[in-house]
Amino acid sequence: MRIGVITFPGSLDDRDAARAVRLAGAEPVPLWHADRDLRCVDAVILPGGFSYGDYLRCGAIARFAPVMSELVPAAGSGLPVLGICNGFQILCEAHLLPGALTRNAGLRFVTRDVRLRVENTGTAWTRSYQPGARITVPLKSGEGAYVADAATLAGLEAGGQVVLRYDGGNPNGSAGDIAGVCNAEGNVVGVMPHPEHAVGELTGPSADGLGFFAPVLR
Amino acid sequence: MRADTVAQAEASPAALQPFAELGLTEAEYARIAGILGRRPTSAELALYSVMWSEHCSYKSSKVHLRQFAAKAPPSAALLAGIGHNAGVVDIGQGYAVTFKIESHNHPSYVEPFQGAATGVGGIVRDILAMGARPVAVMDALRFGPAAAPDTARVLPGVVGGISFYGNCLGLPNIGGELDFDPCYAGNPLVNALCVGVMRHDDLQVAAADGPGNAVILFGSSTGPDGVGGASVLASAAFGASGASEAAGQAGPAAGEAGQAVGGAAGEAAAKRPSVQVGDPFLEKLLVECCLELYAAGLVVGIQDLGAAGVACATTELAAAGTGGMRIRLDAVPLRDASLGPPEILMSESQERMMAVVAPDRVRAFLDVCAKWEVRAAVIGEVTDTGRLVMTWHGDTVVDIPPGSAADGPVYDRPAVRGPDQDALADADPAALPRPADGGALRAALLTLIGSPGLADKSWVTDQYDRYVRGDTVLAMPEDGGLIRVDEETGLGLALATDGNGRYCRLDPYLGTQLVLSEAYRNVAVTGARPLAVTNCLNFGSPEGRPPP
Repeated sequence: MRIGVITFPGSLDDRDAARAVRLAGAEPVPLWHADRDLRCVDAVILPGGFSYGDYLRCGAIARFAPVMSELVPAAGSGLPVLGICNGFQILCEAHLLPGALTRNAGLRFVTRDVRLRVENTGTAWTRSYQPGARITVPLKSGEGAYVADAATLAGLEAGGQVVLRYDGGNPNGSAGDIAGVCNAEGNVVGVMPHPEHAVGELTGPSADGLGFFAPVLR
Repeated sequence: MRADTVAQAEASPAALQPFAELGLTEAEYARIAGILGRRPTSAELALYSVMWSEHCSYKSSKVHLRQFAAKAPPSAALLAGIGHNAGVVDIGQGYAVTFKIESHNHPSYVEPFQGAATGVGGIVRDILAMGARPVAVMDALRFGPAAAPDTARVLPGVVGGISFYGNCLGLPNIGGELDFDPCYAGNPLVNALCVGVMRHDDLQVAAADGPGNAVILFGSSTGPDGVGGASVLASAAFGASGASEAAGQAGPAAGEAGQAVGGAAGEAAAKRPSVQVGDPFLEKLLVECCLELYAAGLVVGIQDLGAAGVACATTELAAAGTGGMRIRLDAVPLRDASLGPPEILMSESQERMMAVVAPDRVRAFLDVCAKWEVRAAVIGEVTDTGRLVMTWHGDTVVDIPPGSAADGPVYDRPAVRGPDQDALADADPAALPRPADGGALRAALLTLIGSPGLADKSWVTDQYDRYVRGDTVLAMPEDGGLIRVDEETGLGLALATDGNGRYCRLDPYLGTQLVLSEAYRNVAVTGARPLAVTNCLNFGSPEGRPPP
């Protein structure tokens, strides 16, 4: 199993995502924003960071990167895609996921270990979790408040497209305590917290995040 | 634009020059003229004024700081010591660590957000210039009373700036300090530390060796930020109006000279920010670009651009290398086409580096820069003439021995014991009131743990990313930060910053010993063995009036 990790200018957690993939037993494959080439990988991760400095709007420039012209149709054909933090923002900007990420309710950057409830264990990236599992994963973002119009939110809830929910406190004002969503098919997932920073007790609050990187192996 | 050339300087020896407005004394100005055998050009005057500023030359502190090198116990771990951009120590298994802490106090008071942000950016480039990958930052902060109105302006701005720059750059913030005292009202301390990791072989040198090698300026373009002094020069044109009205504003502020000297004659200049504006995204690209250049062996020598910008980088690279350099100032990429030689030399635009590159590697060097979308320009070459020569559209505007600018004057300033020092030493703490019963003890305890200096700091530290890079083992609120260096062997690196203004006020010598001892303890409790120390000493102006 080969999992691609895209590096955009300003990507920061690409190295961490690659490490998580390796720890989960798969082979990380570096993908470069300027190449129209997915190198025949079996799945793709868009890592956290500040692509293009997030100067215009988070993810708004990265969605036009050459690699995205390959990724969007591949995702449409069922390729598993995981966006973490800035990667989630890019997937929303690319319209692979509904809604948008906006400024935190407190207007400040928030780094915190957050407890999450896994709401959908049928996606390509959450199959190894038990339904309703509680996991602890770091959140670190300034623009992590998930918003969508009422009809979209109702559709996400009805369709089981809410993948992760903040449990025991909403750190950033996200609608419906939503921390992660997927597309209708369940192959494209975006999460605001960082499972790649919860792959072991030494450097993270838990190893709860590893499950995200193992299930696509099946 | 016409510039003051060497030929003009020779032809007009008596022209008045605004050396005092640039912070130079009459004796220093005369010394420059003596070195050159003529009056300096306006570009040379700009260059010497920033290079001989307290900030760049350490002219008043050098006599004291020499003790560090002279008295330090010899250590086999020391791979690069005092005199380099940052110290480098061996941590075993072929790894070396470089770390440095610097202040950005004055800019952070003038414009807290950008002042603190560019403080982070500057220290990271110092570490990068040593050849290391920056892996973590820390910040030691001091503010006036937490309840003071100005602290409500300065503190959130400083913390926001550190958060903005460090998070976007992708460096975990693993610790530091936060304290409050009335003595910091109007004079906050913002000290930024960066630590980098490299293999022993990765060590880079800040020297322009090899005649014929190209000098490349890369990173951000050069703008008018931080050029206050030079604006005087440019608009005053030797005695014309403008110089006098800007006098007093443009002189480098002691301690932070050249960092945030605001003020400039002219309406357009007045609108410019006096503090540089940071671009952490570009710095991130610069980090990756430099590390790729190093790995490909494309760099002979490298220097970051901080205070005194191009003036400092060219003189220091030349002075430390073969000795000569020829620079075409008109080849420097500008973001403001109206800049002339003095301003280009003094500009403190952020996110810039200067490299010395063998001619046959220039193409490959520029290709790596293009990959990372980092702008690069060949602006000159190394020579063996022993002279730093700069031209502006063909005319020579600088022709100096570079060592004379890189090694400034040295002063042994008069020092007197503070008039209240004896009274402080004599004060008997036993005379202070003490809690007499359980209720008073409880009240004292609550006062202590509720004081801003001891209270929970998570309002600040939650704004910093401590997880990025995935190697953070310990961070706030632990006593020291701990970073994993090698995943296979488990090698790690611990760091702590400590300071205690009150101890040092009571007894500078003993107070500093106690501060060092605290830092050692904070590293030791992580399980690490203390290996090396550095320091960042924040003093008032060495030219200040003696106390009454």
